[in-house]
Amino acid sequence: MWIPPSDEARDLLGLVEEIAEGELTPETAAAHEARGEFPREIVRTLGRAGLLGLPYPAALGGADQPYEVYLRVLERLAYRWLTVAEAVSVHTLSAYPAAVFGDDTVQKLVPDLIGGERLGAYCLSEPAGGSDAAALATRADRDDSGYVLNGTKAWITHAGSADFYTVFARTGGPGRDGISCLLLDATTPGLTPQPRERLMGLHAGAPAQVVLEDAHVPADRLIGAEGQGFHIAMSALDAGRLGIAACAVGLAQAALDYAVAYARERTQFGSRIVDFQGIGFMLADAATGIAASRALLYSAARLRDAGLPFRIEAAQAKLFATDTAMRVTTDAVQVLGGAGYVTDHPVERWFREAKLLQIVEGTNQIQRLVIARSLAK
Amino acid sequence: MNIVVLVKQVPDSGAERSLRADDNTVDRGAASNVINEMDEYAIEEALKITEAHGGEVTVLTMGPAGASDSIRKALSMGPAKAVHIVDDALRGSCAVSTSKVIAAALGGLNADIILCGSESTDGRVQVLPHMLAERLGVAALTGARKLTVDGSTLTIERQTDEGYEVVTASTPAVVSVWDTINEPRYPSFKGIMAAKKKPVDTKSLADLGVDASEVGFAGATSTVLDHAQRPPRSAGQKVVDEGDGGVKLVEYLATEKFV
Repeated sequence: MWIPPSDEARDLLGLVEEIAEGELTPETAAAHEARGEFPREIVRTLGRAGLLGLPYPAALGGADQPYEVYLRVLERLAYRWLTVAEAVSVHTLSAYPAAVFGDDTVQKLVPDLIGGERLGAYCLSEPAGGSDAAALATRADRDDSGYVLNGTKAWITHAGSADFYTVFARTGGPGRDGISCLLLDATTPGLTPQPRERLMGLHAGAPAQVVLEDAHVPADRLIGAEGQGFHIAMSALDAGRLGIAACAVGLAQAALDYAVAYARERTQFGSRIVDFQGIGFMLADAATGIAASRALLYSAARLRDAGLPFRIEAAQAKLFATDTAMRVTTDAVQVLGGAGYVTDHPVERWFREAKLLQIVEGTNQIQRLVIARSLAK
Repeated sequence: MNIVVLVKQVPDSGAERSLRADDNTVDRGAASNVINEMDEYAIEEALKITEAHGGEVTVLTMGPAGASDSIRKALSMGPAKAVHIVDDALRGSCAVSTSKVIAAALGGLNADIILCGSESTDGRVQVLPHMLAERLGVAALTGARKLTVDGSTLTIERQTDEGYEVVTASTPAVVSVWDTINEPRYPSFKGIMAAKKKPVDTKSLADLGVDASEVGFAGATSTVLDHAQRPPRSAGQKVVDEGDGGVKLVEYLATEKFV
């Protein structure tokens, strides 16, 4: 249960349901996932409806929505199709550094970045550095007119589809203080997306490496100050973690609803399997876990909306919601039994997709690290 | 190019619909009311034309007070303003008197093109565009699957059972469209917010100079006398295969003239 905080939010969610009903059908999702085809046109439709800049200020072309409302939109999109919710989440994250930390020159670009036609990619991870982002190796060296980038970025969602890349690279010495954030056009010579990874799930939204080879970016595309990159990345990740938690809640709810519908239909030994406690208790635990995830998620979001610290709460929401989604999708397969293991039903796909959410935007071990450190100090 | 789009609110054709027991009119109270699907294509076409050629789109609706929801929905797609003809005396109006009222409302709107859906999913009589053109003394380009605007010349591909006919006329004209003509856009979030502030001009019969006796039940040229629910579907015919299942299936298909 989620109560829209405003009439505007209610109308927005109505629009999301209308578009989801028309475009994000189970058939469309299943077909794209089977083919591994990124639904660029569907994301464009969402963009034209104004859904690619929801949490940003109206002055930058955004919809000025609280994070709570933006996350509810993500949750409802993920309920239909995780790849699309992930696309909106990653895109919104990609615009975050420019919108929040950009100077006037960079902020002038933001209305175009979030206007709906363009898609962003967020380039932090590297083949040798995932969780340890402060150790990243991609260089951005000064030349007369800007920076020359060299290195390889990994796990880049929208690589090849994106119109802009928000890239973290080293402009100074080792450690977190040597990192800066830069905004690159997809057309930048020397920026080359590689073939997409072949994933366990989320085939339609599979990422790829991006190789930067003497890729030149003008000096005015530096976001924030030199050396501020790590701080920007961590700030973006706090918000991004809420996005992943919202995706997890939506995915888990989809799996629960599917399993419940099946368990009410399916009869064995003369009664509906939902009436067997072995099944009913599994579903009850799933419903409770989802409700708790949602409560954590939106309470963290409301902290953020109130301008209060929310880093720990975001980590807790991400950790709990994605672990819950893994358990709920696992149990959904179990409730369907053999039927759950065949691809005719979406639950095996959701089960494979849930695993990713425990890994991205900081593995759940990193979330625990963030929480534990806050307790230790 | 000023375009008026006729938008009707109808009960959702995807849900259970019925007529009222007391006066055989559409039961709007019990239904989930939406924009007549075909009218969304007319709105889209109007927006595309004004985006390419300039001008303004006005939504014109005749319907009860509750139709304002559909007007706001239509405005959220992009039209600039709306006119809502609302009057208790209109209930029970037939197509002939509806065309009289809409023609009266169009009098003050100075439209180059009057766009509408080819039919509404509740009445489905398909005569309104023709009647309207007759009353206004302008051309009727009906059943369009394509519309081209070249200055004051309108050309449509009129969809028929066999193919299509190319028909041209000068503005002003009434153009009705089928759902083959375009793909209606979704409203945008900003469009929804903007629609709340767009002007909706409410007109009564008195405002339009139409006498109440000419419309509604009083002025109706046709009246629904009675109605009944469609009978429930009967059980299908079951073929038990006793070695001759294939033959029996073909025999059945032959009686239905499929083979």
